[in-house]
Order: sequence, then C-alpha cells, then structure tokens
Amino acid sequence: MRHIISILLENEAGALSRVAGLFSARAYNIETLTVAPTEDVSLSRLTIVTSGTDAVIEQITKQLNKLIDVIKVVDLSEAAHIERELMLIKVRAIGKDREEVKRLADIFRGHIVDVTESTYVIELAASGAKLDSFIQAIDPGLILETVRTGVCGIGRGERILKV
Amino acid sequence: MTMMTGAEIVIRCLQEEKVEYVFGYPGGAVLHIYDALFKQDQIKHVLVRHEQAAVHAADGLARSTHKVGVALVTSGPGATNAVTGIATAYMDSIPVVVISGQVPNEYIGQDAFQECDTVGITRPCVKHNFLVNDVRNLALTIKKAFYIANSGRPGPVVIDIPKDVTAAKCRFEYPETVQMRSYNPVVKGHLGQIKKAVHLLLEAKRPMIYSGGGVILSNGSEQLTRLTRRLGFPITNTLMGLGAYPATDRQFLGMPGMHGTVEANLAMQHCDVLLAIGARFDDRVIGNPLNFASLPRRIIHVDIDPSSISKRVQVDVPIVGNVPDVLDEMLKLLDAGNAVPEAAALADWWRQIEEWRAKECMKYRRRKSVIMPQYVMEKLYEVTGGNAIVTSDVGQHQMWAAQYYKFDQPRRWLNSGGLGTMGVGLPYAMGAALAHPEMTVVCVTGEGSIQMCIQELSTAKQFRLPIKIINLNNRYLGMVRQWQEMFYGSRYSESYMDSLPDFVKLAEAYGHVGIRVERPEDVDAALKKAFIDHKDDLVFMDFITDQKANVFPMVAAGKGLADMILTEDL
Repeated sequence: MRHIISILLENEAGALSRVAGLFSARAYNIETLTVAPTEDVSLSRLTIVTSGTDAVIEQITKQLNKLIDVIKVVDLSEAAHIERELMLIKVRAIGKDREEVKRLADIFRGHIVDVTESTYVIELAASGAKLDSFIQAIDPGLILETVRTGVCGIGRGERILKV
Repeated sequence: MTMMTGAEIVIRCLQEEKVEYVFGYPGGAVLHIYDALFKQDQIKHVLVRHEQAAVHAADGLARSTHKVGVALVTSGPGATNAVTGIATAYMDSIPVVVISGQVPNEYIGQDAFQECDTVGITRPCVKHNFLVNDVRNLALTIKKAFYIANSGRPGPVVIDIPKDVTAAKCRFEYPETVQMRSYNPVVKGHLGQIKKAVHLLLEAKRPMIYSGGGVILSNGSEQLTRLTRRLGFPITNTLMGLGAYPATDRQFLGMPGMHGTVEANLAMQHCDVLLAIGARFDDRVIGNPLNFASLPRRIIHVDIDPSSISKRVQVDVPIVGNVPDVLDEMLKLLDAGNAVPEAAALADWWRQIEEWRAKECMKYRRRKSVIMPQYVMEKLYEVTGGNAIVTSDVGQHQMWAAQYYKFDQPRRWLNSGGLGTMGVGLPYAMGAALAHPEMTVVCVTGEGSIQMCIQELSTAKQFRLPIKIINLNNRYLGMVRQWQEMFYGSRYSESYMDSLPDFVKLAEAYGHVGIRVERPEDVDAALKKAFIDHKDDLVFMDFITDQKANVFPMVAAGKGLADMILTEDL
C-alpha cells in the first residue's frame, strides 16, 4: 500500500542523508522525497512516499524514529490529509496546439508561467495522480520537459505535526 | 573560564567523562590532540598496532564494564581502518566513542592528503555521528556523544574533528547534562502492558524465557535471575546474553539457536508463552521465522528499542523499556498478587524438558590420539574455576567456548555476535585486561582468527597484559570447512590453512611465552602451567586439535529450530 510519511527533523548537515541512507540500507522503497526548512529554520519537514505491507511501514516508522536527528514521524495517509505535488512542464506550442494546450491547462487548473513563440511552461499543483492524468491527456509529442517536486502533504483539521 | 585549544578541550572532556583508557594510533590530523594527551597523565593512552584493534579494544573494555570505550584515530586510513571495529560495536549495541581526526575545514572536499568522508562512510554503522566544524561546539558535541552512546539502546558514536578545530581556541565549559529534543529514550515500560504480560506468564502451561544481550547491556541480570527463579520457568540465554542467568543453574537450558542445545531449541519451539527479554529473534537464534511462527505461542517482548519488536516475529505483548526497570515492575506485580504459576502444568513441562535434556546433545567422543577442541574448553573451565573473562574470535572455537564454558555472571563472555568479526578476540582481551587487572582474561581463538589481529601481541607486550590465548589449531577455517563438508560435498575450497607460522616461536618473538600442546594427556598440565606458573605472562597456547571436529547440534541456515542435526558420535 502507498503511504505518505511526514518527518520533522533537525535542519542539520547530513540529516537528509541519514534518512535516505536508512531507506537504501534496509531496502525500503522511496517513490518521492521532498524536503525544506519549516517556519522554524532549525527544523526541516520531509515527506516520503513509500509503499509496503503494514509490517514494513511499521518498521519504517520505527527505524525513522530511531534516527537521532528525527524528532517526529507521522503516517499522513493513516487519516484525512491533503497532498500536493508541483509540476512544471514545458510543451511545444505552435499553431493549433497553442489553443489546445491552453484549454487543457485551464481544465486542469494549471497556469502558463512562461510563453515563447513556440513553447509554454505550465505550472500545475495537484495530487500526483492528477499530474499523471495531465501528462496522459496531452499529446506526448508535444512534451519537451517535465519536472516534478514529489509529494508534500499535511493533515486535515486539527491534525498537526509540530514539535 | 579559561581559553583552551580544541585539542585541550577534547582531552579535558574525556577527563570529565572519567575515561581511564584511550585506545588509539596517532597521525597528522590528530597531532594536536596527541600533544594535549602528552601534557597530562590522567588518561592513559594504549598504542595499538592497527586502528581496527583500537576500536575492538575500546569495545572490549565497554563490554566488560558498562563504561563507554574510547578510541582515537587519525583521518583517512585511520578512520577507514576503524570501520570494522565500529560496525562490530554497532551490531552488538556497544557504547563506544570514536574520535577521528579530519583534514582542516578549508581542505574538506578537496581530496586532501588522508582525507575521507568519515561521517559518510560510518553513517550506516553508528548510532550517530558528528562532524565538528567549530571549536565552540566541541565540548557540547562530546557530551552528546557520550550520552547517546550509553543511553537507550547503546551504540558507537563517531566524532570527526578537523585539524584546525583542534588548534582553534575558545572558552571551555562542560555541560553537566544534555537535553536533545530529538532523542528521549524510553526507560519505564508501559504498566498496562506489564500487567498483561504477568497475567499471560501466570496462565502459561509451557512457559519459556529467552534473554539476550540487552539484559547484559542494561545490567539486568540480577532482576532476570530473580524473576526466573520466582517463576520456576526454564530459561535460555543467547550467545550475546550468556552469563545473564547462571549457566550452572538447573533452570538454565543452555544456548538456543543454530548451535544451541536440543532442550533450549525445542523449548523455544514448543512453548505456549515466550518471554523474550533484550533479544531480537535473530536468524542465528530462531532460524527460519516462518517455521518458528508455524506453532502457536504467545510472545511477550521486552526491549528498549521499539524497532526490535515485531521486526522478524509478530509479538503479542510488546513492552518498550529498560530491562531492569520492566523486570522490577513484573516482580512487584508478582509479589503484590502473591501469584504463582500453575504447578501441575509446569511440572509436566519440566518433565518434557528433562526428557530432551537427557539426550545429552553436547556429548562428544573423546579421542586418545588427538585433542578434541571441546575437551580443551571443558578443561579451561575447570582450570579457571569458571571465573575468567573469556573473549573469543569467530568460528567453531567461538561456539565451543559458548557451549562448554559455563558463564555464571554477566560481562564475562565477550564476542562478536552480530557482525561476526574475526580478529576481535585479542583486542577484546586487551580492553578487558586493562579494565580488570585483577581478573584472569582468556582469549579463545583459532589459527585463522588470531592472524587477523596478531599484531596486537606487540601492544599486549608493551602494556604487560597477561592474557592467556587458547588457540584451537585445526589447520582449517573450521566453520567454513564444516559447512563445506555438510553442504558443499566436502569440497574444501580455500579453507585449509597452509604455511601457518610456528605460533610458539611467534609468541616468543613478541616477547611472550608460547606452549604447543599436541596430546590430550598434556592439556591439563599445559593449562595449569600457563594459568599458574605463568600467571603474569601472556601465554600463547597452541592446541593442535582434531581436524574434523564439527560443532553440534546444528540447525542449518533457513531451517526451523526443531530441525537439528546432532553429532554423529551419539
């Protein structure tokens, strides 16, 4: 099963590699990983999308908690949450495709953030699945480049991950 | 407050931590630290002959005392040589602090002379590690390192210090305590869970206690012994847990696992309630977890590390906490309720166990013409009165020592159980001998393992360590040979040890006493000569043993615990 694990960790040199190293050393799978400092710059918030049986996810959570730099670990997908991923996608936009691509971006609530005579860059923030469908929807011959941030997520309502 | 250099701060912090011995090897990046070491006489430095042995010796000191072992190595090769020692300590959860020199901050990342990414290389095999970029963080980092190493589930901590940091000056202040928001090991177990566990234990018809290295590390053997006697249950100690419960006691069934006794393994397999304490259901202990899970039993698991619980075997009553604290609570509950287990069921269970025990699975055939390795272990136990600290290397001799030397007390048996590192025996003995000058220290080894750290005979001479080395010399890498005999059609690929040194002459060359023993009838006299006549000398005893002796019983890798191969001698 797919799980979104959210981690608060000390914003210290090497902390990220401890987490990444743990996943490779214990043969856990990482689908996406995002990390950035929080409003408190001494803390980083890291989100990992992984998959595994319940026993594997339990071990992942325990092993993460064991890392000295890790302060809190929560499995966001255990309860109501919001997940978002940002994608920037550069597409060929010439002739009738210009209109078509614009329309498709609108349908997916994307924004065109860079325009040249022959290209668009579209910005899309949505769930990973929705980004996948956008890529599916667009003519593959038009895609020049894609870049995705990986998932970040937050619990709904009073579910708060804080020190 | 006085201004001090980083090097002086390092030494001062070690003094504050009451470190008595530092095992190390100097080099460019740690010269400032060695200079500070030279200017004081509180901490004694033990100059090893290879950095691997520095960490092993620090580890051996830690295993035999519950203190943090300290090693000091230089950058680059000093640090990489230390890695085997660090990984060994990590796998057995031994509190060790390794201080490594690093090239100066401004050279880091430039492929400087003797530079390596020590923090990166050691990351997967430490409890934690630090790179100290600023002298102002040095004292606090060292304090944290000692705290992390010896709290919770212990483990090695590496502190990598660039050379310029050891030269820079700052005010010295050593914190009394340390608080870390990201590290708060649990000590007390959950009372509700403990109650549940006690209830389950009292209900058991076929109970079994299985304890491991965690009991030794947490100094919990007194509580373990009281609880076991109070309940009258059978108990087994893992390779890492030997000595936690007295091996000469009737309730003790011997060691479980790949080379465990019939009674311990069958009791593990057939019990209906298993109390696991400070043990981790390792593959060498329970064999195949699927097979182990094929019989119904309820499991209570006490461990300070939550990640050890339900890792390989699903557990019914998990208790996260420090072993002695949890066992104290259990004892309190038992005493308060004046509760006793069901006597009739327990008596039946013991009858079954005694039947298994009557198989005498540890019997072996004595031979007139050749020394049996098991016999040397029995004699060693006799001659030392069971009162020695025994270290071992890794292989057949390790198993024979574990099987035939009966440990009645904790911290008397030091070996590499997790990583299985050949070469630890002699450095472990050095650490133990320094920490316990009043005790007899024995290193049981083989001609393969001893050569992996043989250079330490020189260190042992320098520090006059009267270690007794028992070399079970069968001219084979015995455990490899045993597997090749049993599973590879007796194709002894590279397991024969040719061109061995003359160990007697070798010992003498290092300034020690060497004794070769070739006949069974000489074993006793030779041991007495070594332990009595040469009490104060390091004696290297080279026992020429049976080449084909195998370790039995044996559970082949991947098999279930009940699937034991017994000795062909019976």
